[in-house]
Parts: sequence; structure tokens; C-alpha cells
Amino acid sequence: MNFPRQHDLHKRRMGRNFGVGIVLLGFVVIVFGLTVVKVTRGEPMQAFDHVSRPELTEPVN
Amino acid sequence: MSDASIDTVVQRGEGSFGDYFALMKPRVMSLVVFTAMVGLLVAPVSVHPFVGFCSVLFIAIGAGASGALNMWWDADIDVIMRRTSSRPIPAGKVAPDEALALGVALSGFAVVMLGLAANWAAAGLLAFTIFFYAVVYTMWLKRSTPQNIVIGGAAGAFPPMIGWVVATGSVSIEAILMFALIFVWTPPHFWALALFMKSDYDNAGVPMLTVTHGRRTTRRHIWAYTLLLAALAIGMGMTSIGGPFYLAVAVVLNAMFVLGAWKILRRDEADAETDGYAVEKSFFRLSLIYLFLHFGALWVEAILRSFGYGGWPA
Repeated sequence: MNFPRQHDLHKRRMGRNFGVGIVLLGFVVIVFGLTVVKVTRGEPMQAFDHVSRPELTEPVN
Repeated sequence: MSDASIDTVVQRGEGSFGDYFALMKPRVMSLVVFTAMVGLLVAPVSVHPFVGFCSVLFIAIGAGASGALNMWWDADIDVIMRRTSSRPIPAGKVAPDEALALGVALSGFAVVMLGLAANWAAAGLLAFTIFFYAVVYTMWLKRSTPQNIVIGGAAGAFPPMIGWVVATGSVSIEAILMFALIFVWTPPHFWALALFMKSDYDNAGVPMLTVTHGRRTTRRHIWAYTLLLAALAIGMGMTSIGGPFYLAVAVVLNAMFVLGAWKILRRDEADAETDGYAVEKSFFRLSLIYLFLHFGALWVEAILRSFGYGGWPA
């Protein structure tokens, strides 16, 4: 039993692999873009880390 | 093994990328994308364009995932109904287990990513929407009550509310009204379809109102829901997301919609058979345009407001 050199199955797999590749690439771009947006907007990026951080405490009036 | 049998073997579970995409119900997703985007844009809080784009994308993926779960569960009746027999699972292009895996994986992905990109209130609402569509509607209501699409319609009504929550972080009256617009629109939209898709639901044993209570009752229900919808749609024009432009669009569209429902009410099956359900089909087509134009008008109002026009004077 021999598959023809270019069976329809190969074309479908090729298209599917190509599609998954594009989707994964898109995901990388999205995560990178979201990271850039969130970092540049200066959202809180510090948290308690077992070390005293006076800048994180609310000022007492 | 002959060439023909090779083809049969490789066909099953070897779908193309497009077949997997079709599992996500792209046409339903287009409506979800549009309504979620409008919900996000009409909110009084601005969102970074990239965060907004990603949020709408994740809402759409969540909706697509619930579509895949719906196709996995309903494969047995999809093969019977003419309208759904060419879907990827009944057509033998995608295996049911693959549809289930895709649905579950994309549901988790969409919820987590929306939480990270926007906020966890929106992510929670998306998770509930997926649960509502896949479990409450598909697995429970669809085959057990003629009120299936009335209650199940809530799943399709959540996207603009999720869009609003992405921007504001909470639910408010405007978000509830946008939800209500789609919720009340869904029954007349689907019952019109059920009237001219005559035997499909009957053959599949899905208890649509046309099957359980008859066509006369269905026509009366379409009329009642359309009146309620008109009041709701026009009333929304008076809120903070409405304005003169939206109100004008809503009045015209609802006059057309009420007229269509009136014609459906006045007909009997003999009239409908004579002209091949022309009135019901045109009402169904109008219902699609109706929703797009209402949300489009809300969007236009938001754009006008950003230029200092639109909306009602304070």
C-alpha cells in the first residue's frame, strides 16, 4: 500500500500545522503586547517580599 | 486495502484547520465580537486599545469554546437536522473527543487570559456564560423544555455585559439593559426560524414551542415578545448610553419589527405554506439586522459623545 506522494491528507495536515503555528505566534505577540501595555502604564509591580518596603505602606495622616 | 478505504480511514479525525475553526461557530462569534466590543466602547471608562482588543478576542474565544462543547454534546441530533448535518462532527471531519478537548481547553484559556488582561470580574462572568451555554442550555434545557431558548438566550446576552465589566469592573443598569435587549430578542428570532424550519426540530425530538404548543401559540409568543422588546429597545434610548440618534434608529427598527410580528400573528399555516413562509423568513432576516443596527447605533452615540455631541443634555 502506497500513499500518493501528495495525498489530500498531507495537504490537510500541512494546513493544520500552519494554522496552529500562526495561532501560537499570535499568542506570543498578544502576551508581549499586554506585558508592554501593563508595564508602561505603571500598574503596581511590587508586593510584599519578606523585606520591609516603606514605599508600599499607606501614609498615615 | 484499496485507495477508497484509505480515504475513508484518513478522513475521520483528520479535519482541516477550518473544520476545527467551524466548531467554534464563527457566525455566532461575529455577533459576540460586535456586541462585546460595543459594550466595552459605550462604557464611561476608557480602556487601552490593545487591552480592549485582547479582551474582545478572549470573550470571542470563550464563546467559540462553548460552541465547540455544544457541538460535542449535540452531535447525535445535529446529524438528524438538515440545518446542522454538515457541521464538523456529524460530517465525520472531527472526532467528538477532539471537540470536547478543544472546548474545555479553550474555555480555560479564555477565562484565565481575560482575567489577566482585564479583570477577574469580567473573567468570572465569561466563565459563567460558558457554563450557562454548555451545561444549563445545551445539556439541560434544550431537550427538556419548550422554554429552552428563552432561558438559554441569556448565554448569548452576556457578551455586551462582559465588555462593559472589562471597562468598568462592575455591572450597572446600562449593562443590564444591553443584556436584556439580546435576551428578549432571542425568542422571536429563534421561533421565527422554528416556524419555517418545519420538521427539523420535530425529527430531532427537541421540544421547541412549535412542537410542544403548536404554531398558533408560537405566533402569539413572537408577538408578545416583540412588543416587550420594542418597549425595552426604545426605553434604552433614554439612558446614559442612548441619545437622539439611537432613539431614531430604535423607533424605525422597532416599528418594522412590530409590523413583521403582527403579520406573523395574523397568518395561519395555510397562508404560510402558500408563499413558502416568506413573511417568517423576512422577519428572521430582519431580526439579524435589527440587533446589529441597535448595537451599531449605541456605538455611534458613543463616538458622537466623544466629540461633544450625542447623548442627552445633562
